[in-house]
Amino acid sequence: MSPEVLQAPLVLEYPFTRSTGPVIGAFLTGLRDGVICGIRRADGTVLCPPQEYDPLTAEPLTELVEVGQAGEVLTWAWNGDPRPMQPFDRPFAWALIRLDGADTSMLHAVFAPSAAEMATGMRVRAVWRTEREGHIADIAGFEPVPPGGEE
Amino acid sequence: MIDVAVVAFTQRQEDAISGESEVEFMVPLMEQAKASVGLTQSDMGFTCSGSSDFLAGQAFSFVMTIDGTGPVPPISESHVEQDGAWALYEAWVKIQCGGIDTAFVYGYGKSSPGSVRDVLATQMDPYYVCPLWPDSYAVEALAARLMLEGGHVSENRLAEIAARSRASAASNPHAVRTDPKSVAEILAEEYVIDPLRPSDLPAEADGGCAVVLAAGDRARELCERPAWIRGMDHRGDAHTLGVRDLTSSTSTRLAAHRAGVAADKVDLAELHGPFTTSEHLLIDALGLDEDSTAVNPSGGALAANTMMASGLIRIGEAASRIWRGDGDRAVAHATSGPCLQQNMVCVLEGD
Repeated sequence: MSPEVLQAPLVLEYPFTRSTGPVIGAFLTGLRDGVICGIRRADGTVLCPPQEYDPLTAEPLTELVEVGQAGEVLTWAWNGDPRPMQPFDRPFAWALIRLDGADTSMLHAVFAPSAAEMATGMRVRAVWRTEREGHIADIAGFEPVPPGGEE
Repeated sequence: MIDVAVVAFTQRQEDAISGESEVEFMVPLMEQAKASVGLTQSDMGFTCSGSSDFLAGQAFSFVMTIDGTGPVPPISESHVEQDGAWALYEAWVKIQCGGIDTAFVYGYGKSSPGSVRDVLATQMDPYYVCPLWPDSYAVEALAARLMLEGGHVSENRLAEIAARSRASAASNPHAVRTDPKSVAEILAEEYVIDPLRPSDLPAEADGGCAVVLAAGDRARELCERPAWIRGMDHRGDAHTLGVRDLTSSTSTRLAAHRAGVAADKVDLAELHGPFTTSEHLLIDALGLDEDSTAVNPSGGALAANTMMASGLIRIGEAASRIWRGDGDRAVAHATSGPCLQQNMVCVLEGD
């Protein structure tokens, strides 16, 4: 028989706020307004989500650009058993999504009815929450765009 | 360069250690490591540890474990919020600085009170990714599909890696996933998160390990056949998943080059690949030939993956095989972060 383990509640708190700065802040503010921003690198390619510094060269980046609200699934994983706090309480897919006008991908959820509806290279579009607060979850997730469907 | 060797190693790993705090289970391990080479804490020129206050849920939790080393009179010590392999790296640098010829290193973690799969979401970008709570299996599954659909690996190959780990782990008393399974049995498993099966995942464990380092003649006095560190380097890839190639481990390749892995044959390799997919990428990045190199003779992290210790355990497992004469030249690897973000490579040789 294993020994009794004493248990007590522990609430981790972070009683401070942090400014999100000119790049991440701009991205989050854009989300509140229903706009998705990327940032241009020295070679002309666009990072989305935007970063303050180029992840390879460490150059500071400043040129924010708006990207599309639809894009391509580069890879996906079927989450048949969603965990608490994840974007959806029914089975969904995680995906790396490259939005139109961007050269890198962002991680988000795709609301598809089953794994059979998912495929690498499929088109998806953002589904916005009606109440937005400048948070990554202002995008509730992405939904498949039916072939020939309006984006 | 000052020649530095691994001369002592102890470990404990279990699927869950209940009823004992980290300090309580680390004190005997630390004492055994020092006693195995006839040393006490006061003989150590430097002491360095790796653990996670975040995992322990308590600020400065590592200080209590330092108390457990017996730090009286006061000792020279440091701590990294990293796997103990990075603590070993700091101790190796400290010895290179001169003035000491011994160091004591340990790492430990206890993740069983929570769900480490979910806790690891907090190591992702705090604004863009963490708020969605993608668990560590989901994140690796994204890389796995890229590898599978891009033709970088097959499901059969992943099952072979899992089957080899299980077979090797059968003779490792510290492994927690030891039941043998054939490739066909593994391929018949239901996905946990498509395309990863249970056998593709790390075998989460609680525990820790302790290592003694010694330089030059001191190492020869303490150990019949010291495991000399001939090269060691650590590198990182970008944190953001979307900006890097998840079908290759660039930072491992760079660290391997700088550590001199390819300079001679490699008899055995202990790789910290938490997933079968990560082990496959590591074998490729290190340029290992599985016909001539025994990969993960301990079973590796697929057989027991103790947070904050699993990388240092790879170094200890490799060193102990050099002591026993199972091989003359070994590679040990440690990783940290999502999808092999940070990697350390260590080349060990016997005389």
